[in-house]
Amino acid sequence: MSTAPTTGIREGYEEKYGFHDADHYVFRSRKGLDKEIVAQISEMKGEPRWMRDYRLKALEIFERKPLPNWGGNVAEIDFQDIYYYVKPTSEEAKTWEDVPADMKRTFDKLGIPEAEQKFLSGVGAQYDSEVVYHKIQEKLEKQGVIFLSADQGLKEHEELFKQYFGTVIPSTDNKFAALNSAVWSGGSFIYVPKGVQVDVPLQAYFRINTKDMGQFERTLIIVDEDAWVHYVEGCTAPNYASDSLHSAVVEIIVKPRARCRYTTIQNWSNNVYNLVTKRAVAYRDATMEWVDGNLGSKLTMKYPSVYLMEPGAHGEILSIAFAGKGQHQDAGGKVIHAAPHTSSKIVSKSISKDGGRAGYRGLIKVAKGAIDSRSTVNCDALILDEASRSDTYPSMEIEEDQVTIGHEATVSKIGDEQLFYLQSRGINKDEAAAMIVSGFIEPIVKELPMEYAVEMNRLIQLQMEGSVG
Amino acid sequence: MSHMPELVIRDLHVAVEGKEILKGLSLEVKKGEIHALMGPNGSGKSTLANTIMGHPRYEVTSGDIQFKGESVLEMEADERSRKGLFLAFQYPVAIPGLSVANFLRTALNARLGVAETNGSGAVPRKKGIAPKEFRALLREKMALLKMDESFAGRYLNEGFSGGEKKRAEILQMAVLRPEISVMDETDSGLDIDALRIVAEGVNALAGSDMGVLLITHYQRILNYIKPQFVHVMIDGRIVHSGGSELALELESKGYDWVRDKEEVQS
Repeated sequence: MSTAPTTGIREGYEEKYGFHDADHYVFRSRKGLDKEIVAQISEMKGEPRWMRDYRLKALEIFERKPLPNWGGNVAEIDFQDIYYYVKPTSEEAKTWEDVPADMKRTFDKLGIPEAEQKFLSGVGAQYDSEVVYHKIQEKLEKQGVIFLSADQGLKEHEELFKQYFGTVIPSTDNKFAALNSAVWSGGSFIYVPKGVQVDVPLQAYFRINTKDMGQFERTLIIVDEDAWVHYVEGCTAPNYASDSLHSAVVEIIVKPRARCRYTTIQNWSNNVYNLVTKRAVAYRDATMEWVDGNLGSKLTMKYPSVYLMEPGAHGEILSIAFAGKGQHQDAGGKVIHAAPHTSSKIVSKSISKDGGRAGYRGLIKVAKGAIDSRSTVNCDALILDEASRSDTYPSMEIEEDQVTIGHEATVSKIGDEQLFYLQSRGINKDEAAAMIVSGFIEPIVKELPMEYAVEMNRLIQLQMEGSVG
Repeated sequence: MSHMPELVIRDLHVAVEGKEILKGLSLEVKKGEIHALMGPNGSGKSTLANTIMGHPRYEVTSGDIQFKGESVLEMEADERSRKGLFLAFQYPVAIPGLSVANFLRTALNARLGVAETNGSGAVPRKKGIAPKEFRALLREKMALLKMDESFAGRYLNEGFSGGEKKRAEILQMAVLRPEISVMDETDSGLDIDALRIVAEGVNALAGSDMGVLLITHYQRILNYIKPQFVHVMIDGRIVHSGGSELALELESKGYDWVRDKEEVQS
């Protein structure tokens, strides 16, 4: 294992993210999934009865539901060959010094403690099944902001947790939401009280270390009236020869006039199935924004959605999908206009190279009565070579006449003329291609906080190494 | 003081998709000189410009292009550029999302021999131009071309008017300071004001440090930029060379005059 390169774009994923620590856990369930395992997880966590029952019921739903027959190929996942619960430490730490040394080293390498000091309001760090570190600035705590691991959230704020948990994404929603509901562990619980503006982002970082494991974090965010929060998540994993499964559920409630932005920079290793359900409900004059960057994983199926429940609600989904060799990014978004005078915007940018497959799958639905709803969808695809593929599946279900819906889609290739132009100014071919790709995603990247914009461009550059002949 | 010309083109034959366009062209350009290359449409002027810069679509079937004593035929365009060649494009392409400033700083750093840094967090081999210094340089060059400062933040050639595109080409030339600059139909599509600004820019840059090969269809730009040498190109060859007076003669008599003259001679 190499030591930390903190800068430099020449190191590949393997070196920078693909390393792993020795197996490190205080408890690991046996492989496979059944009632006993689910009950064991609940018992290990010392959960209330209702949650244990909820999990067991979700397991039944999971077993009953068929695998999706669209999107990517999930038939190869062997659900009995996965560790569903790997508990890395006996308890969550509040200082980095209390995090076991090798885990601390891992997060140091990923730059998390440094980022926390420089530009974050709070950080959660999950390692396999559990959050090993969690901290929020005192100032925010005093204002009543809750930022805990989901497990701690359930322990310390059971009533609030129970009131919202599973209300946005029920276990019956889809097979993977059911799976998560049965075996969930870790994730974040956030409550922002009325009128509180958390102007510096909160971040959670998800790391898989153990081979053949599944990570099933569960995130619940409640932004109360007139409040505002920006939550950022990042994720990486080692490169193992066998596949891992990451299946999260994220539920967000945005109360009247509140605003929530949820930014993901997903950079899983290429052996991870990333099958995630993310959904928000937005009430009167509230705004929900998903900024979703998908760079890693073997297969991602993820369509962050916004349900616009009351007049004036606004939803935005900005999605970047980058598929390289052996990768399939089935990304996109959904917006349901369930009330009049609601608006939404989806911008999707997908890039495929080296035989990768990236695309947009989306739905805009306007319910009967949702008059004066407005929506625009822009999907642009950039294909870097002949072997790669882009798909666009835009669905529209418009049940109301008095609405304004726009949809535009483009597919382009990196032009020889563009490359020649940049090269004629002294820029080498690889960097020229990376600049064209960075320019392509710029409309989304400029929405990111500066540090993440830099990170995103760096990751793109990493992906672009040696991509042009 | 006489010295070896920086750009030496010898008996150049170039084919595009198997069709021969340049049929034995020879030309020399030194720093400090301005050469005008004139000729009718389809004579191969743009082929010459693109071949000098190394566009992969143009195949050199025989002959040579030497720059500062070294053949450039095996070099990619970026290497030629870093050695000091420049092409002002007739039709500059748009690069959406890439700002003029970001692009130019990357290009300048590439020329200065700096590893790709460009916000990527890489450790540069050498220090590139400092952001502050670069901004000052860019501001100075934009003022020279009477460009608004907001121009630096716009995406390269995206939504630019014809005049803005050409000015942006000259701006790049001003920042990168090539030794030999090939300007392909820089005057086309410009109104008279834009033409004057572009020409003033070229005049300000073309001194003892830079040689220019000005490719044009019309005599018009030569009212503003005074070449010492004028060459007439027809059907893939230079058929006639002379001083600046040749341009005026061409204007009044047309290319047929040279064509006829050539036929008489041969």
